[in-house]
Amino acid sequence: MELYMPVVALGIIATGFAVFSIVMSAVVGPKRYNRAKLDSYECGIEPTPQPVGGGRFPVKYYITAMLFIVFDIEIIFLYPWAVAFDNMAVFGLVEMILFILTVFVAYAYVWRRGGLEWD
Amino acid sequence: MTSSLVSQGDLVLAAEDLSMFGQDPWWLVVIKAVLIFLVLVLLTLFNIWFERRVVARMQHRIGPNVHGPFGLLQSLADGVKLALKEDIIPKAADKAVFLLAPVLSVVPAFLAFAVIPFGPVVDVPFTDDMTTPLQLTDMPVAVLFVLAVASIGIYGIVLGGWSSGSTYSLLGGLRSSAQMISYEVAMGLALVAVFLYAGSMSTSAIVDAQERIWFGLILIPSFVIYVIAMVGETNRAPFDLPEAEGELVGGFHTEYSSLKFALFFLAEYVNMTTVSALATTLFLGGWRAPWPLSAVNDGMFNEGYWPVLWFLSKILLFIFFFIWLRGTLPRLRYDQFMAFGWKRLIPVSLAWIVAVATIRSLSLDGGFDRTYLLGALGVVAVLFLVLFFLGGEEEEEQAEAEERPFDAFAGGYPVPPMPHQVAQARSQSPTVASSTASEGSA
Repeated sequence: MELYMPVVALGIIATGFAVFSIVMSAVVGPKRYNRAKLDSYECGIEPTPQPVGGGRFPVKYYITAMLFIVFDIEIIFLYPWAVAFDNMAVFGLVEMILFILTVFVAYAYVWRRGGLEWD
Repeated sequence: MTSSLVSQGDLVLAAEDLSMFGQDPWWLVVIKAVLIFLVLVLLTLFNIWFERRVVARMQHRIGPNVHGPFGLLQSLADGVKLALKEDIIPKAADKAVFLLAPVLSVVPAFLAFAVIPFGPVVDVPFTDDMTTPLQLTDMPVAVLFVLAVASIGIYGIVLGGWSSGSTYSLLGGLRSSAQMISYEVAMGLALVAVFLYAGSMSTSAIVDAQERIWFGLILIPSFVIYVIAMVGETNRAPFDLPEAEGELVGGFHTEYSSLKFALFFLAEYVNMTTVSALATTLFLGGWRAPWPLSAVNDGMFNEGYWPVLWFLSKILLFIFFFIWLRGTLPRLRYDQFMAFGWKRLIPVSLAWIVAVATIRSLSLDGGFDRTYLLGALGVVAVLFLVLFFLGGEEEEEQAEAEERPFDAFAGGYPVPPMPHQVAQARSQSPTVASSTASEGSA
């Protein structure tokens, strides 16, 4: 646990700085009310009307996120293998080649089905 | 010996020696944490100035040179100016999340630096015989910690974009998060080879493992992939699509003003420093002196406080590389960018991992150490990557060339011809020509 306490210390300093900045800018900065100022800025002209309940966005981003989770977990599996590689020699190598092949099958499937196409 | 360990079923995983960490008294921890924080903030101020000056030179301008020596205080002046500006929270914004997002974005950026080694074990000044490593802390999973913390930073960006209640912010935040997670896959795969060679995920052990040769030299493809991915991760040119001004105004921070905007800005620059520091640690030997210097006087430059100098120089080298890219390359199109990440970097890294593991296994098993074989394979893999990328572009251009003849007023707007297209004489379309003339006068 001693190894992780310094991280907490740095975290407290960084959080303190961030909160201090936000509070300070609210206190120090001027406040001149103007209705137009509270509108969304976007690019300076009339803002695009947003649908009720916040903006909707293309489902494409969800697919990217799902693919990321799949591949990220597979990478996490590779880490302990890489760290312990010298202890496992050929056994570890063969096992991991089989694993990467399995990943490749999934990857090829996603590619073939157009999961990696952006348009 | 190792094979007997496997048969007994208890693998010895902890190759690293972390006994020197977690021994500091609390005041030393606080001093180190404050120093890291200050160095990061000052480095950010310096980097902004550095970027503006270098880009200015590249564009035959002078850049900021008024405030302070060489204009070094320009960023500080900008920061103070931002603090004195009105803090606007748009009416459509989700107030709590809107305030939380900059904090979420900036805190992880600092946290990642907790495990980066600046130097070896040194004497603490003004004490009798106290020694401490020049690193806030280390853990068996230090690099994993950096990746995890960096992922939290993405929350800051996507929440900031979502809570603003503005279309551009939302799209910018989404683009940014999609981009960062896509390149995190490639980045994560690039790190596997390093862990394989270092036999550890702790940053200090990885630096120790590079005493003989830097991993950047024997694992060239991993290094190249990491460098590409780190530019994508930090949303920097040529991958700065989340803030493509022509499309999205400012991206996720369009609605932010005053110091909240400054915090996002700070997070971006601290992240640049962090990925550079991680690249230095994993591939360029960390705080170790570069080759000719490391041999001077029995490694005199690798002891005491000297390594801090090499470490900072290597970081600044990467920062310069970032700036150089920004000054040179145009922005990629979003689909090209995503395709490059998912279709090029990932298969190349997977194949490279298999190659590295095979060679490592052969050299362990057969007892021959063929580092040069790895180097040669690395060069081949990088060439392959380059050809892969260039080949794809050529195909696209050819496909376009086969299309119908060039229409200068496609969709009613005048468009310039592509390099392989030939513009037709203007007299063929007098009506359109007159309409553009009137547009020009309007």
